[in-house]
Amino acid sequence: MSTNVLPTYDDVVSRYEPVIGLETHVELGTVTKMFCGCPTDFGAEPNTQVCPVCLGLPGSLPVANRAAIEATIRIGLALNCSIATWCRFARKNYFYPDMPKNYQISQYDEPLCVDGYLDVEVDGELVRIGIERVHLEEDTGKTLHVGGATGRIHGATESLVDYNRAGIPLVEIVTKPVPGLGARAPEIAKAYVAELRDVIRTLGVSDVRMEQGSMRCDVNTSLNLPGAEWGTRTETKNVNSLRSVERSVRTEMLRQAMVLDGGGTITQETRHFHEDTGDTTSGRSKETATDYRYFPEPDLVPLAPEPVWVEQLKAALPELPRQHRARLKTEWNLSDLDMQSILNAGAVELIERTVAAGASPEAARKWWLGELSRRANADGVELEAVGATPEQVAKLQVLVASGKLTDKLARQVLEGVLAGEGDPEQIMAARGLEVVSDTGALTAAIDEAIAANPEVAEKIRGGNQAAAGVLIGAVMKTTKGQADAKTVRELVLARLAS
Amino acid sequence: MAAISREEVAHLARLSRLAVTDQELDRLAGQLDVILQSVARVGEVAADDIPPTSHSVPLVNVLREDVVVPGLTRAEALSGAPDTAEDRFRVPQILADEE
Amino acid sequence: MSDLIKLSAAALGEKIAAGEVSAEEVTRAHLDRIAEVDGRVHAFLHVDDEGAVQAARAVDAQRAAGDKLGPLAGVPIAIKDVIATKGIPSTAASKILEGWRPPYDATVMTRIRDAGMVMLGKTNMDEFAMGSSTEYSAYGPTFNPWDLTRIPGGSGGGSAASLAAYEAPLAIGTDTGGSIRQPGAVTGTVGAKPTYGGTSRYGLIAFSSSLDTPGPCARTVLDAALLHQVIAGHDPRDSTSIPLPVPDVVAAARQGASGDLTGVRVGLVKEFSGEGAEPGVMAVFRDTVEALTKLGAEVVEVSCPHFQYALPAYYLIAPSECSSNLARFDSVRFGLRVGDDGRNSLEEVMSLTREAGFGEEVKRRIILGTFALSSGYYDAYYGQAQKVRTLITRDFTAAFEKVDVLVSPTTPFTAFELGARTADPYQMYLADLYTIPTNLYGGPGISVPAGLSDGLPVGLQVMAPTMADDRMYRIAAAVESTVGTFAPPAL
Repeated sequence: MSTNVLPTYDDVVSRYEPVIGLETHVELGTVTKMFCGCPTDFGAEPNTQVCPVCLGLPGSLPVANRAAIEATIRIGLALNCSIATWCRFARKNYFYPDMPKNYQISQYDEPLCVDGYLDVEVDGELVRIGIERVHLEEDTGKTLHVGGATGRIHGATESLVDYNRAGIPLVEIVTKPVPGLGARAPEIAKAYVAELRDVIRTLGVSDVRMEQGSMRCDVNTSLNLPGAEWGTRTETKNVNSLRSVERSVRTEMLRQAMVLDGGGTITQETRHFHEDTGDTTSGRSKETATDYRYFPEPDLVPLAPEPVWVEQLKAALPELPRQHRARLKTEWNLSDLDMQSILNAGAVELIERTVAAGASPEAARKWWLGELSRRANADGVELEAVGATPEQVAKLQVLVASGKLTDKLARQVLEGVLAGEGDPEQIMAARGLEVVSDTGALTAAIDEAIAANPEVAEKIRGGNQAAAGVLIGAVMKTTKGQADAKTVRELVLARLAS
Repeated sequence: MAAISREEVAHLARLSRLAVTDQELDRLAGQLDVILQSVARVGEVAADDIPPTSHSVPLVNVLREDVVVPGLTRAEALSGAPDTAEDRFRVPQILADEE
Repeated sequence: MSDLIKLSAAALGEKIAAGEVSAEEVTRAHLDRIAEVDGRVHAFLHVDDEGAVQAARAVDAQRAAGDKLGPLAGVPIAIKDVIATKGIPSTAASKILEGWRPPYDATVMTRIRDAGMVMLGKTNMDEFAMGSSTEYSAYGPTFNPWDLTRIPGGSGGGSAASLAAYEAPLAIGTDTGGSIRQPGAVTGTVGAKPTYGGTSRYGLIAFSSSLDTPGPCARTVLDAALLHQVIAGHDPRDSTSIPLPVPDVVAAARQGASGDLTGVRVGLVKEFSGEGAEPGVMAVFRDTVEALTKLGAEVVEVSCPHFQYALPAYYLIAPSECSSNLARFDSVRFGLRVGDDGRNSLEEVMSLTREAGFGEEVKRRIILGTFALSSGYYDAYYGQAQKVRTLITRDFTAAFEKVDVLVSPTTPFTAFELGARTADPYQMYLADLYTIPTNLYGGPGISVPAGLSDGLPVGLQVMAPTMADDRMYRIAAAVESTVGTFAPPAL
């Protein structure tokens, strides 16, 4: 198989049909863990947020966190799921040192939420992704591999375990298999995860930060010939950014096509995605996978969410991203195309927050889709990670609107913001970038320019206003560009009209 | 016919992380076979329409509020550990690649 | 030998509260007794002399300061080693937990301390409470004070033996399939399994989560009731804990002691008519039922057709849960580690540790449970056992429509000789034939001494509906009032 040639993507999608499925884990932002009262703060010193329960000490018992149950029901409702009227936790049994009890409390055949969907907008078109289930489980601890290369498990001589993360509530959202996406499968996979992230962020139940691991994706991919049964799927783990979701589907489609083209068969297995290379490598094969021996968790009683409770949670759901975007489009008076470009840039929330901080929608859009998008592209980062906050951008715009900054100066201030020099006002002061609006100083500069160019002044006095440019240029030079050209022009014309 | 084979017992022992000896395996396989033949009697009961009982208490929705409760100090947490390093629990190299 | 050790817990509590004797004197009398006889009985795995004296002095100081003391303040107690006790070794009689000192107290323990009771130490048991003779302790067997060549029952043989040997007036046991009641029966002491969920499991090193129930062990029914009152009641740290008031078991025990059972309907389980039981046990049982009739009880036979499947169902459910509960003993966070020589992988170290740290019975049950939960077998074994559990519950519910309580012998045979049943595990399992149905149902059950057979104690079991624990205490106290208590020959 290694001698096979990787086909082109266009070639693959012309001959094969992909089926994708996504399993997304979201760490809930509850104050305490799923089954004990330990805090969930990120980045605490190792093994300082633990108790007998989350360490799995003999004799300890779990008690479920109400806030985590509610958050899961709210996610289910936002994803149009049915909420179970009765369900149970189950134990998933397997040995691994990051799991204190060597079983994970999860849900098996009785998940809390089932059978929903999420509509995802791609290039102005709605694609409905079916949701199989949403269930609740507990996270594992973190293992540090020592003695090998760069913290990898392979080659490590020993491992060190920190259980601070063990027991943090994790919601798993599983889609139904999605066929029929063709060439757009990778793009739609990404759009789904982005939309899901936005929904969950809107619900306020998690900070859904993929880079911190509070949202993690496993991506299932298979290929089949047109009209044939679905192919064997692989499960790609460790997909930890939106970009990687798209790349991993694409990579896996290409790899599977290569294997199939060479007469090989796809092994049902777990594969690991490598952010650096964009490749996937084989993990554990499913055939040798552990029999998890699920059974109802005897230490916890069943959950039976009462309809009244569910209705209350439903009534209190916030406006969800898609409705929200529709409203913004109207409020901001945007065309479909304008809105689409904002969406594509991932700038909706940034613009919204910029507007909330005092900028006009037009100006906010201009900054984020213009200068800041260019900069994010150049730096290869997501727009929100570009280095300027919506509050800073709004401040900048307020300064422009009030005449304290020209557009040109504003761009220089923005440079300073992106360079981490502080807020716009601090940078203006530090760099001395304020518009020269002191009329005395401007008048002196204008008088100097008139004196230096008597013949130009004469032309203007004679009614040739176009000649003013020379004098304006001279004034701008004197003020090192910190005067507003429009103001200078008005002042020049007024001076020579008298 | 035996209810369970020696090979099955060996597999179950591996799954249970028990490094049983050959001798022990011989003995266990025989004993488990006797026990299983006996407990298999539960199958005599016609119970198709009978719901299973997983809990004998008729409780549902036992939940705690999302409030921090003091846990263990790090010293207490690590106090029972066979080996520690860098404030963590130290374990030998991990081979299997589960989850 | 001090006379203090022969007193009941109720009497000791009264004397301490009245200042007739200090808690320290009482504690020292028991510690002396332990020093004198435990070399022969081996009821204890760990004796906390210093902690016990300190706790006793604290009670004496409270009394001196004029504080009103509770009924059991200053009364010594022995704790089964399966209960987590902060800073005190808690091994569940397993090598895998040798030397482990929990950083926390079980809820039962917290309540015992809050009641001012004095913990003497931790008692021997079958490893992880799996067994009926205490021969499966990794630290050697306990010997029955009635006859040191015989077993004291199990799993809580240490707790029961400590009472029979006058080493402690009270003890804590845990009952998963009979581990409080059967040792009570074969040592001539009282053992009560409360309603499941009536006492907290928090800090009880789990064997079978859906069955495990902590409960009191004593020499009299009233003492058991007094201890029951201390440890029972809702615990928010146990999701399966029942949020209802504790039935007034002390009042019920006092009421029963009057010996009047007029109007009480007592049921005999038709299916427990004595097949497989020793004739001597059945003879004592029949005499006791006769005595109940004389006290005014109406005795009727009821049929519980699914009880015959209780033993097989239990030996699927309990091992299944235990295979999962015991997975945490993996050499990572606590307990034993074997084979960490720098070459073995974690998987090998885990397997070597568990192989070395668990005894044979524990391994048998782990493997059995792993099998019963396996994907191809789940429905036929674990799933079916849970359905049988439903049917047994229905049998109980139907029976309690006809009668107030059910009675049976506690166990089919009196204390057997050490080694008599270890060769054939299933023979050992039969010891719990009569006690297991109650665990599957979740209701309360108590064993009260009923008489002797060939000089060895026989127990009567009283079973009541869930949360009717008071009812069983009443009947048990009535039995006690008519047949009396039984003391073993001097050690």
